[in-house]
Amino acid sequence: MYEIINAKKLTDNIYSFVVRAERVASACLPGQFVIVRSHCDAERIPLTICDYDRENKTITLVFQVVGAGSLRLSRLKSGDCLHDVAGPLGRASELCDTSLDELKNKSILFVAGGVGTAPVFPQVKWLKEHGVDSDVIIGAKTKEMLIMENEMDQFATNLYITTDDGSYGRHGLVTKVIEDLVKSEGKHYDMCVAIGPMIMMKFCCLTTKALNIPTTVSLNPIMVDGTGMCGACRVTVGGEVKFACVDGPEFDGHLVDFDEAMIRQNIYKTEEGRAYLKEKEGDTHHGGCGHCGGEQ
Amino acid sequence: MDMKKKVPIREQAPEVRAHNFDEVCLGYTKEQAMLEATRCLECKNPLCVMGCPVSVPIPEFIHKVKEGDFDKAFEIISECNTLPAICGRVCPQESQCEGKCVRGIKGESVAIGKLERFVADYAMEKGKRRPHSHEKNGKKVAVIGSGPASLACAGDLVKYGYDVTIFEALHEAGGVLLYGIPEFRLPKEDVVKKEIAMLLHMGVKIELNTVVGKSVTIDELMEKEGFDAVFIGTGAGLPKFMGIKGENANGVFSANEYLTRSNLMKAFDENSTTPIMRAKKVAVVGGGNVAMDAARTALRLGSEVHIIYRRSEAELPARVEEVHHAKEEGVIFDILTNPVEILTDDNGSVCGIRCVKMELGEPDASGRRKPVVIEGSEFDIDVDMVIMSLGTSPNPLISSTTDGLKTNSRKCIVADEINGQTTREGVFAGGDAVTGAATVILAMSAGRSAAVGIHDYLSNK
Ligand SMILES: Cc1cc2nc3c(=O)[nH]c(=O)nc-3n(C[C@H](O)[C@H](O)[C@H](O)COP(=O)(O)OP(=O)(O)OC[C@H]3O[C@@H](n4cnc5c(N)ncnc54)[C@H](O)[C@@H]3O)c2cc1C
Ligand SMILES: Cc1cc2nc3c(=O)[nH]c(=O)nc-3n(C[C@H](O)[C@H](O)[C@H](O)COP(=O)(O)OP(=O)(O)OC[C@H]3O[C@@H](n4cnc5c(N)ncnc54)[C@H](O)[C@@H]3O)c2cc1C
Ligand code: FES
Repeated sequence: MYEIINAKKLTDNIYSFVVRAERVASACLPGQFVIVRSHCDAERIPLTICDYDRENKTITLVFQVVGAGSLRLSRLKSGDCLHDVAGPLGRASELCDTSLDELKNKSILFVAGGVGTAPVFPQVKWLKEHGVDSDVIIGAKTKEMLIMENEMDQFATNLYITTDDGSYGRHGLVTKVIEDLVKSEGKHYDMCVAIGPMIMMKFCCLTTKALNIPTTVSLNPIMVDGTGMCGACRVTVGGEVKFACVDGPEFDGHLVDFDEAMIRQNIYKTEEGRAYLKEKEGDTHHGGCGHCGGEQ
Repeated sequence: MDMKKKVPIREQAPEVRAHNFDEVCLGYTKEQAMLEATRCLECKNPLCVMGCPVSVPIPEFIHKVKEGDFDKAFEIISECNTLPAICGRVCPQESQCEGKCVRGIKGESVAIGKLERFVADYAMEKGKRRPHSHEKNGKKVAVIGSGPASLACAGDLVKYGYDVTIFEALHEAGGVLLYGIPEFRLPKEDVVKKEIAMLLHMGVKIELNTVVGKSVTIDELMEKEGFDAVFIGTGAGLPKFMGIKGENANGVFSANEYLTRSNLMKAFDENSTTPIMRAKKVAVVGGGNVAMDAARTALRLGSEVHIIYRRSEAELPARVEEVHHAKEEGVIFDILTNPVEILTDDNGSVCGIRCVKMELGEPDASGRRKPVVIEGSEFDIDVDMVIMSLGTSPNPLISSTTDGLKTNSRKCIVADEINGQTTREGVFAGGDAVTGAATVILAMSAGRSAAVGIHDYLSNK
């Protein structure tokens, strides 16, 4: 069992857990993820490691409620335990393998969308701690849905916030900010790391491709084991089939087949919808899901 | 009684079991087992024993069954086989012990597997299990993975007195026995979990959710955590795909994914939150045990199921009993057929599979006649799900993170056949990780040989 040292609600549907997980906290690097199960009969949910404390043996997870599994997870409180935390899984970010001298000569841009802000954070922090500067764009739908602004501000050289509705920071999508920075604000970037919803990563990559900025993305396909055993997570990158859990999750964004990846993410849509309704309504659920027979 | 035939065994009727996940075979009663045992000729030179990869003294244990001394029969089996309740259920007996049985020449062989299962179940139910008094010798061994190779290795090591810890990547122990082979062939609560509970009882520790090579490396286990030796029993879990068009469409799964969802995550149970696709018509590509398991699982989830296999029925690598059961339950066999493309609709979902007809040509390297394509034989089958069951290979997670651990061209860990020693001192390996996908009994046997190898190594160190 893995104790939740601190459970926090960040926004209406985004939560953060600091969890004691000795082996993961000792071994992990930015870019890696864990698979958690909230209860003994729960789904396996992959979540990026958003921060880690080697001394106290804890990791930080930030997640958004999108379905039955994450809803159940969100009901846990400080002092409760996660049934399982497996990892660290996947490869560490490429940045960790690049020489620091090389990194210091590069100007690096991070683009974070929504809950994707959390996985960007450990990379920005890791770079800063190793003496490397980087700029960060965070995009959120509205001011209320923005997370980790203060944390990011500590480590980012320049932090640009934008909201879809203009309720805070700049107004518009992250792709617009990238274009504005490069085209009208005189910025130059040698590389970009974009993490967020598939659709946002897709359009970021279209933008950076036009601007000739090599871009890394972190893919979040459906996973089961996370160790290369099932192939649920397969994605096409540069015409080749890769298993995101072992070959990724980070890939060259300009080579990823995002359209296929987005179709594959929706494979269980109706079944997940039913499970979500059932979890949300609990004992009060009396049909309508087309599954339980309660409507008859 | 017709001595040429096996005493019939109780099974769930095909039309009933096609709709549930309970075990198909219900096993012999005491009386039936004793009756079947009388068919054993107790040959002086028992060929069956030669057919058994671990040389269980078959006539001796069957003799005890004949006498009704099941405890003694269990003791005899246990000397050679530490997982008899499992092997009795899943060994390919027709190509091992029973394939050699003299009775089989003019009739049906003795039901050795079913008798083994009976004895093991009897002992399990009575709580009469292996003796386990052992003194601790203070040395620590890490066992990686928790499939049959690891379970057998850990079981023997703890008897020799070692302090044994199993490290398993998944959230439950058992390896393929748990996530691969379905409930209807190998009950989890009654058989697999009991074996594991027994190991825990004997003092073996299990650390779940630990992916060796990621959570901790072999070097760290040996240098920082004080393990004196390591056994690698990580299996061969990496699924292969065909590389044909449409293979990434929604509705194409590896057998591993499909079976893991159903077995490990219990998706077959409507109360499980893990989704599994329920299709109208399914094509399962392949002809091994894994393909049969996937096909029969899909059938139980309400689909019409076709096995697509490129050779002829005689070459099907699955256990004869599985093929027989699959047919009885209504699985359709499209043999001498090979897929060339998966057809998709506008939403990116599977809507069919394009195949060609095959014929058998000259024998190939494996001695089996090679299937060749019949020109112009292309045809489509409309299916909404495809399960690929084309074999698996070992996971490189450990070999790629352990210096000095050699693998061969098939990514299998190179290890001594007799004692499991790898190219790295103090590190031993066995089971599918060394041989590539094989059988439970071979994995168990390799785990036991490595336990002896580790014991020799640490005793002389
Ligand atoms: C490597 C990786 C890192 C991730 N990191 C984070 C993170 O830091 N924070 C965060 O909020 N989310 C993260 N995700 C996504 C998160 O795993 C899914 O949102 C979660 O599994 C949904 O589960 P659910 O039961 O609540 O929803 P469901 O109802 O099961 O599904 C809702 C949607 O979530 C996606 N999904 C479902 N199951 C999975 C699965 N097993 N793996 C991936 N996606 C799935 C599908 O698109 C689905 O349509 C990550 C995913 C991956 C693969
Ligand atoms: C569906 C199916 C049906 C089968 N049917 C039969 C049958 O009827 N009869 C028969 O004899 N054989 C059958 N087999 C084959 C048989 O199950 C295998 O040969 C046998 O299980 C191999 O045992 P093993 O101990 O080597 O590995 P496995 O059983 O594969 O176990 C390996 C374990 O190691 C874990 N692991 C892997 N990597 C790591 C890591 N880095 N760190 C920690 N843990 C790790 C895995 O999660 C797994 O639990 C079948 C196989 C499948 C898939
Ligand atoms: S999640 Fe199973 S192979 Fe990647």
